[in-house]
Amino acid sequence: MSQIFRPSSNAVSKISLLVVVLTVGFLGWALWGLAYSPFATRSKIPFDQPVPFSHKHHVGGLGIDCRYCHPVVERTAFAGMPATETCMSCHTMIWTNAPMLEPVRQSWATGKSLEWNRVHDLPGFVYFNHSIHVNKGIGCQSCHGRVDQMPLMYQVNTLYMDWCLECHRNPEKYVRPRDKVYQMDYEYPANQAEVGARLVAEYKIQKFTDCYTCHR
Amino acid sequence: MRIPFLLLLRNTRKTDRARGSDTPVFLKAMAPRGAAFALLGALALTGCRQDMHDQPRYRPFAATDFFGDRRASRPAIPGTVARGMLKTDTGYWTGKAAGKEVERYPLPLTREVLERGRDRFNIYCQPCHGAAGYGNGIIVTRGLKNPPSYHTDALREAPIGHFVDVMTNGSGSMLSYASRVPVRDRWAIAAYIRVLQQSQNVKAGDLSAEERQKVNAPEARAAEPKKEAAH
Repeated sequence: MSQIFRPSSNAVSKISLLVVVLTVGFLGWALWGLAYSPFATRSKIPFDQPVPFSHKHHVGGLGIDCRYCHPVVERTAFAGMPATETCMSCHTMIWTNAPMLEPVRQSWATGKSLEWNRVHDLPGFVYFNHSIHVNKGIGCQSCHGRVDQMPLMYQVNTLYMDWCLECHRNPEKYVRPRDKVYQMDYEYPANQAEVGARLVAEYKIQKFTDCYTCHR
Repeated sequence: MRIPFLLLLRNTRKTDRARGSDTPVFLKAMAPRGAAFALLGALALTGCRQDMHDQPRYRPFAATDFFGDRRASRPAIPGTVARGMLKTDTGYWTGKAAGKEVERYPLPLTREVLERGRDRFNIYCQPCHGAAGYGNGIIVTRGLKNPPSYHTDALREAPIGHFVDVMTNGSGSMLSYASRVPVRDRWAIAAYIRVLQQSQNVKAGDLSAEERQKVNAPEARAAEPKKEAAH
């Protein structure tokens, strides 16, 4: 009866152990990379839109406040998309012949909605509320990035739960004065640890990390 | 799930030994297990369904094929009145009552109201009307026809309701802001417009001695810390 293990089995077993470790490690690394890549998170990818609306021009160039077009962000869960009326407040008078704006004029003439593509698409089981965040001193830019530098809107962050929790666990790192919430180029002071802790107390920010805070 | 686990647990060594094969038996034994792992992996991947992510409900302003206008958020049926929104007080809601612009400010006038007005003015009005209300906002530099300056006798003497009426119903080429600015804020803005008018129309005699000194000493004014520009 032949031996079950030949001498070469030693080498094979050692190498296969190494191969297993390396393979598992590589797969883990690759999956992690994939999960956080723009491919999976859809971040850093500008979206096509019916009208190539440029936040860079309107916010960065003209300095129009976020709330001019997203007027209910302070009051409701949804930040609000501008009605065609909002676009036409200026564009009945300027750039009235721009071909780019034809869909807006069409919408104005027919009353049909413009159909924008949602850039920040949270899963259906997440109930995010804009109003509480902006009223507690979380800047637009903290989640949406430098919108004033985006010719076409794209998502900056992963919108993963670990990303949400990072701030929900440490709000003092990210909170800013309420009157700076809509400022795009806000820079945190060097003593943010102190300022943040003071603002957390002043705004009565609670560290909500219960499941039901966001999931219902 | 049961079958792959059975494959994993099945001991194949005995049969291989019986066959007397030269291939190391443990490798052979691993083959079905490997296949089972691959199968498990494949099953795990097919488990990535998006049902919970894309739930069969509509989010605000979502598109739908169900309604002809493709709006999931339904416009209110004409004549619908929300609680407390009957708007019988037309003077308060539109700035005009019985065709006449309201003369009397309908809310308690406090510092908070004026600050709220400044805040809202800088968001909704300043792009065209300019921060001081001369009708020289940044949009004007991009080709918009100058809106009228607030600092004319006609507008200084206009009743407060005039401004609320313009914000509510629009005027000339200005569209209505009623859908964007709630009525309380419209009144706050109107009050702030009065502040702007006052700020540009103060007689030297109305100033206190201290204030007059400040005005007369421009270098002192320049040394003062600059007020932060409204973003």
